[in-house]
Amino acid sequence: MSEAVIHDDHHDHDHKPTGIGRWLFSTNHKDIGTMYMVFALIMFFIGGAMALVIRAELFQPGLQYVDPQFFNSMTTVHALVMIFGAVMPAGVGLANWMIPIMIGAPDMAMPRMNNMSFWILPFAFTLLLSTFFMQGGAPAGGWTMYPPLVLQLGDALPFLIFAVHFLGVSSIMGAINIIATVFNMRAPGMTFMRLPLFVWTWIITAFLLIASMPVLAGAVTMLLTDAYFGTSFFNAAGGGDPVLFQHIFWFFGHPEVYILVLPSFGIISQIIPTFSRKPLFGYASMVYATAAIAFLSFFVWAHHMFTVGMPLTGELFFMYATMSIAVPTGVKIFNWMATMWRGSMTFETPMLFSIGVLFMFSIGGFTGVMMGITPVDFQYHDTYFIVAHFHYVLVPGIIYGIFAGVYYWLPKWTGNMYDEKLGKLHFWTSTISVNVLFFPMHFLGLAGMPRRIPDYNVQFTDWNQVASVGGFAFGLSQLILVWVVIKCVRGGEKATDQVWEGAHGLEWTLSSPPPFHSFTTPPQVTDATAHS
Amino acid sequence: MVKDAVNTAKLLFVFAIAMFGFGYALVPLYDVFCEVVGINGKTGQISESTAIAGEIDTNRLVTVEFDTNVNTALPWSFKAEQYKKQVHPGEIAEMMFVAHNTSDRAIVGRAVPSVAPAQASLFFNKTECFCFTEQVLEPGERKEMPVKFVVDAELPDKITMMTLSYTFFEVPEAERVETASKNRIIDNNKS
Amino acid sequence: MSVKIISRVATLCVTVFLSLVCGAVAAETMPLNLTEGVTPTSKQVYDLHMIILYIVTAIGVVVFSIMCWSIFHHRKSRGAVAADFSHSTFAEVTWTIIPILILVAMAIPATKTLIFMEQTGDSEMTIKVTGYQWKWRYDYLEEDISFYSTLSQDSNIARQRNSNVDPNTVENYLLDVDNPVVVPVNTKIRILTTAADVNHAWWVPALGWKRDAIPGFINDNWTYIEEPGVYRGQCAELCGKDHGFMPIVVNAVSKEDYAAWVSEMKGDDTGGMVKAAMATEEAAVITTEAAPAEAAEEVVEEVVAMAEAGAEMSKDDLLAKGKDLYAVHCVACHMAEGQGVEGLFPALDGSAIVNGPKADMINLILNGKNLMPAFRDQLKDAELAAIMTHERNSWGNTAKDMISAADVAAAR
Repeated sequence: MSEAVIHDDHHDHDHKPTGIGRWLFSTNHKDIGTMYMVFALIMFFIGGAMALVIRAELFQPGLQYVDPQFFNSMTTVHALVMIFGAVMPAGVGLANWMIPIMIGAPDMAMPRMNNMSFWILPFAFTLLLSTFFMQGGAPAGGWTMYPPLVLQLGDALPFLIFAVHFLGVSSIMGAINIIATVFNMRAPGMTFMRLPLFVWTWIITAFLLIASMPVLAGAVTMLLTDAYFGTSFFNAAGGGDPVLFQHIFWFFGHPEVYILVLPSFGIISQIIPTFSRKPLFGYASMVYATAAIAFLSFFVWAHHMFTVGMPLTGELFFMYATMSIAVPTGVKIFNWMATMWRGSMTFETPMLFSIGVLFMFSIGGFTGVMMGITPVDFQYHDTYFIVAHFHYVLVPGIIYGIFAGVYYWLPKWTGNMYDEKLGKLHFWTSTISVNVLFFPMHFLGLAGMPRRIPDYNVQFTDWNQVASVGGFAFGLSQLILVWVVIKCVRGGEKATDQVWEGAHGLEWTLSSPPPFHSFTTPPQVTDATAHS
Repeated sequence: MVKDAVNTAKLLFVFAIAMFGFGYALVPLYDVFCEVVGINGKTGQISESTAIAGEIDTNRLVTVEFDTNVNTALPWSFKAEQYKKQVHPGEIAEMMFVAHNTSDRAIVGRAVPSVAPAQASLFFNKTECFCFTEQVLEPGERKEMPVKFVVDAELPDKITMMTLSYTFFEVPEAERVETASKNRIIDNNKS
Repeated sequence: MSVKIISRVATLCVTVFLSLVCGAVAAETMPLNLTEGVTPTSKQVYDLHMIILYIVTAIGVVVFSIMCWSIFHHRKSRGAVAADFSHSTFAEVTWTIIPILILVAMAIPATKTLIFMEQTGDSEMTIKVTGYQWKWRYDYLEEDISFYSTLSQDSNIARQRNSNVDPNTVENYLLDVDNPVVVPVNTKIRILTTAADVNHAWWVPALGWKRDAIPGFINDNWTYIEEPGVYRGQCAELCGKDHGFMPIVVNAVSKEDYAAWVSEMKGDDTGGMVKAAMATEEAAVITTEAAPAEAAEEVVEEVVAMAEAGAEMSKDDLLAKGKDLYAVHCVACHMAEGQGVEGLFPALDGSAIVNGPKADMINLILNGKNLMPAFRDQLKDAELAAIMTHERNSWGNTAKDMISAADVAAAR
């Protein structure tokens, strides 16, 4: 039906391609967005399967299923797959789908580059996952790839490094495309301060990506030359410094945390106003707070490595800088609360997941403040307390944001309403199980259980069992999501253009599903049709 | 519109490549940073004449501990003659280190120094040291290697104790000839 | 209808969770919070942890209550009508200033504690801790005492896959070592950390801190233990395959007992391993904590016997001792059946070196190669001879000869 609409006013892509070629050579932002989302979902299940191997092995003391070396591969590759394969592509996928139609553009600025940046991903992950079949096994030195340990890896080392390079290239190209699109393709009247917050958070994310991914690429290239070409960047024997790698890695690594989280912040900033039927509170301060978080993220990296032994002045500087990030983050949380305040709220699935983010991301934020305090971090560092912290931030913080976005825009993408009952079931089973999974890890860490160990003293058994039960329940809950998405794609109650009663913005002026080529004539944007 | 976008993208590509370079620039920057705040416990080197010219603070004594390590793969023994020495800040002191090749092959080793606490490394200078230069030991050979050092008179009062630690690593054959050119810290340290 | 189903599912889940929680609490004595520890540092750290925990909990209660109240009252289904305000300078300034004040209030005690922790000078003794894959080495700089500390034999057997040993039956499973580090109480001890191969981290929770051990670098820390006792910890930085199996045991004893231990370690000249091993028994008698596992004691006795017998051991003796020693020193990499780990650690079963000339094998084990550490300082002639004899006669290996302690001594 949409084809007919766009048929007459389009010359270069005048019909929707069909067959496999539609996907392989796609330059359409919606198709590429869809491919990113499907890829992310597949990787989410692959990474999740690895997490379940970890939780199965940790269900009881003693080694039951896997050897320690394979266990280390599981923790390492789980992290790489989830970060670079699930969360980041999901964010880029949402950006691809939504940014052009949110700013009134016909497509992304560089459609061919868009195609390339997606198709690099499956290639990079084939490289990475193929290491499981190699001599010496898959990477097992932790996703942080600290030397000298990572250099003990067998044949997998160059594959790991090149996979990281490709992932970096892919996300840098994606980021450049997003910035080029937003800077140049906005519809008339779509000023920067009228941009939907999701677009704003993505611009800032894209800048973070371009600034930090090349630094990671540099660090792993140094590892490569250290391993094969006789340089001594990180080799103490040759006058290098293994701690230097940690500094460079976390110079990338901390902005990376915000690369993951900011798009989610953007998503819930779209959703909360919709279901509160009230404009977003403090739009400008949200933008400034996001920028402040991104800026500060370049000055706090050493809080990931307080225990390497820094002089007092260094420790104090990084402690204060880390604590200061709590201020803009707090501003965002309070703004969302104020958006809900005196609204007229309904609790459809996207809103439930967004509220989940508010509560559980805050828990991760609180433990984050605790860990920023250097002297106590000497106790927390590298324990399950840390594991609990970053999983609270990543799963019910970031992944919930992505879920919320998927439910929010699914009717727009497919033209069909998803099954609300199943969506709510997905939310409640996930929320209960995610807390059963991660909350006990706080206790384990405080009681003295280090992270990345395949076996533990018997005193830790009970809470590990609780966590494992939660882990499997959470894993199973995600099958509901797959079911909801498939059901929704296949049919269901037809969605209106606006879909949600309180929804505002350009994407809701298009049909559901939107035409294959949207906004071939740019819309005129005013304050009334913009975000508010 | 599309042309503008291509220009934006070009600029951003240049920025990305510059950031890749910045990753490498962090290596020398880090050394400078370390020298300023003493992050990684690297020591400084000064000439003997500068050291003699310095003032000696006879009012206090600082304990310097000498610690020796041999990396796992190196079949040497390596010890300091004494494990500690008390010195006045500003005074030139000497300690003898003895390395012994216990294997039946000639081995090239190289020692890397480190000082704890990190802050003290800012005030710890050597006038003569065997570190970072390749040491060849024939099978069974013992070698005495002196270190002359000065603890700067500016050392903060709260630091009363420090450790000078050396770790000997084997220099792989591939690296032997041109180590000096590859080795950034040797250069930095000599300057 | 849907609400009913959801509430039923939720009730079920909550019930399951609560029963698990209660079961867990009842069954074990694992603390749910940081423990106070036994040093001035650990107590300060604990206090700081509690202060911050209380602050963030209070903030959480306030923030979450407001959110819940809003979610309940401002529902459309309750007839709430949306207001349309979208900013309030007063509110925004308030919720920027208040967090800043709270953070400053947290930073003050944190800074004090950090400065306190950094005072490593004026210590009365120095211990250097060196991380190895996968054991610790302790050097008492003043006393010239040094020994290695590895996972205790009982845990090591039980932790193997398909060992058929229930970890619940092993005392201090994975938290026990052959040679604990013995220290005096009420003494300021400087602890230096470094590593021989990859990064490790030395962590005993009761002392209140952990610190990375990095090859080529030395880190300094200090501790002052106030109560005698046995304190256990683990390596906290991923260091390869057996990262989870290199525990730390600190045995804090009175100053007199410590002096006795030191003189015993120095007076006996049968070698570091034996001295340290005997100290284990001694320390166990001194403190109230349970004695080390019996199997470990047996190995100790055997080693003592071996040392006394010197080079005069028969092949059968060597084979028997070698089997035990192999399980302690070699099995981590070369595995129980000598099969190694493909691509990482070579198999000994069928190995050209194990089946080749004796001199090559002795040389390799004494001096190490690549990931293989040099064992010359770690084990004595008789012990090395026993291990090599065991390897040359086990699995499918065809050398079937014996290496004597004299052979090893000659190769040194």
